[in-house]
Amino acid sequence: MSASVLELDGVTKVYGEDPLVPALRGVSFAVRPGELVAIVGPSGSGKSTLLHVIGTLERPSSGVVRIGGVDAAQLDDRELSKLRARNIGFVFQQFFLAEHATVRDNVADGLLYAGVRAAERYRRADEAIEQVGLSERAHFKPAKLSGGERQRVAIARALVGRPAIVLADEPTGNLDSTNGAAIMDLIRELNAAGATIIMITHDTGLAVQLPRQIRVLDGEIISDRTKGQKP
Amino acid sequence: MSRSDERLELRDWLRVASVGLRSRPLRAALSALGIAIGTAAIVGVLGLSASSQAGLIAEINRLGTNLLTVEAGQSLTGGPAQLPREAPARITLLDNVQQVAHTALIKNTYVYRSSIVPVTETGGLQVRATSLNLLPVLGTGLARGDWLNRGTARLPVAVLGAVAAQQLGIDRVYPGQRVWLGSQWFDIAGILNPSPLTPDIDVSALIGYRAAQTYLGYLSIVGGEQKTGPPSSIYVRAATGHEAEVQSLLATTADPEAPYEAAVSQPSDVLTARAAAAGAFNSLFLGLGVVALIVGAVGVANIMIISVLERRSEIGLRRALGATKSQIRTQFLAESILLAVIGGIVGVLAGAMATAVYASTKNWAVIIPAKAWTGGIASAILIGAIAGLMPAIRASRMPPTVALRTV
Repeated sequence: MSASVLELDGVTKVYGEDPLVPALRGVSFAVRPGELVAIVGPSGSGKSTLLHVIGTLERPSSGVVRIGGVDAAQLDDRELSKLRARNIGFVFQQFFLAEHATVRDNVADGLLYAGVRAAERYRRADEAIEQVGLSERAHFKPAKLSGGERQRVAIARALVGRPAIVLADEPTGNLDSTNGAAIMDLIRELNAAGATIIMITHDTGLAVQLPRQIRVLDGEIISDRTKGQKP
Repeated sequence: MSRSDERLELRDWLRVASVGLRSRPLRAALSALGIAIGTAAIVGVLGLSASSQAGLIAEINRLGTNLLTVEAGQSLTGGPAQLPREAPARITLLDNVQQVAHTALIKNTYVYRSSIVPVTETGGLQVRATSLNLLPVLGTGLARGDWLNRGTARLPVAVLGAVAAQQLGIDRVYPGQRVWLGSQWFDIAGILNPSPLTPDIDVSALIGYRAAQTYLGYLSIVGGEQKTGPPSSIYVRAATGHEAEVQSLLATTADPEAPYEAAVSQPSDVLTARAAAAGAFNSLFLGLGVVALIVGAVGVANIMIISVLERRSEIGLRRALGATKSQIRTQFLAESILLAVIGGIVGVLAGAMATAVYASTKNWAVIIPAKAWTGGIASAILIGAIAGLMPAIRASRMPPTVALRTV
């Protein structure tokens, strides 16, 4: 068994002071390289907090988050930013594309803070754009793209740095079923090509399509099933 | 492939700092406008005062600073003094004196358009007898007609100074044109150009010394004989570089018996003082410029705060892509400075253009002092930094999860 690319151990997160609002209560799990994991739960279950903690955008109240074996709690803002720039790719439900910039610029900006020179950024961006099948639209601005195409751009931006983990937050949430299915196909394809992907969704129908599902409710993991293994 | 540090290259900074400008150009233009107006006002005021000063200095150089005048001052008893008849001839003998001319103010004699104008309406005009070499010494010339000559200097013929001609309503010279001078008609021979160094000449009707003796009774008795004169003003061109030396000798040379009765002056001093005054900028407009700059700074700060709120998701995304807090802070600070500098550059250009247009209508050299444009750009940078500091800090302190939480 290869070493975990992501490891959570007894992670809790509590918001507010009075009253205390617990969002995560002792979450532990590990993800190995090349896995495709769905974290699934209804709204309010704590899955968004979980995404933020995994993505090091938020520090846990207690417990350990290790990314590539590094304890995130030991890192300061600069080091965490560097970790995100190099090891984590984000895909958001709302895409968050820069409207005034072309597809190519948007994707290349995925490497803007990773210390990669411009020429190399654009070379890798072209590769990533090809991977998501948007080469012909590389010089379009997002306004001219469909929702599905926009999400492909966002995925290319997450992939361009070849991160250890891709975190996808409801990647099909803003798409119709056809486009949503196409994005799911793309995600499986990218996973097959080697990317480690953690997808967060409230949609159990989507989650069951993926090899591993972690169900979350009230800040706790209620099940962690991998296809082909007995529950 | 990856560098050890994650610092952005300058080109990337420019691109990142101009995101707001490129995505909302109209808003950026309007918020830069305040700074542009303030900078334009300041550059314009400094440019115009420098250019008008340059204009005056150019005029002083054209007229020369080596003209000295000796005037009859006051006697010890307080009465009007007289210069000796021989004063001009004596001054001519001084070293470093190039040319000497003189005029005599004829008191209680005035010039009118015609004989029916009431005698009290003198219009502030004077009648002066003049030596024939006056024009080259003053550095002025004729606008129209002819100057006096040995013949016309004996006859009732006058040449009018520029202001005198205007006041008398005479703008052309033709045969038979006359003015009422003293108590008889004088023909007009010519009209002079303005003489900035000697404004007295501008308001005078000039006649020959002989004519003054014959027709107005202005004369001296020397040894029982009637002679012309005496002069009341002597104009001296000194060799350039020896003005002070000549000036120190003029009073004693003009009137060795009573040197304190001769008032010596350098007429270009007046113009030099005026040039210095023109160089002192108009503090009211400068103040307005500063107020406009402050208002512009408030506008930029306002836009930046709104921008930070509106672009929360961009901030969140950049943090997710690996931007550090300080990179977010620098981005918004740089954007604010960029906005202000664009305003500053536009303002400097507008101020320079206004100066150029105004100066060219006045035939001045166009001068934009270096301190005006460098100061304009530098203050724009400073204003951008101050206005952008608070919004930039707010942007950098925004937690990424809050920034990503869109409604």
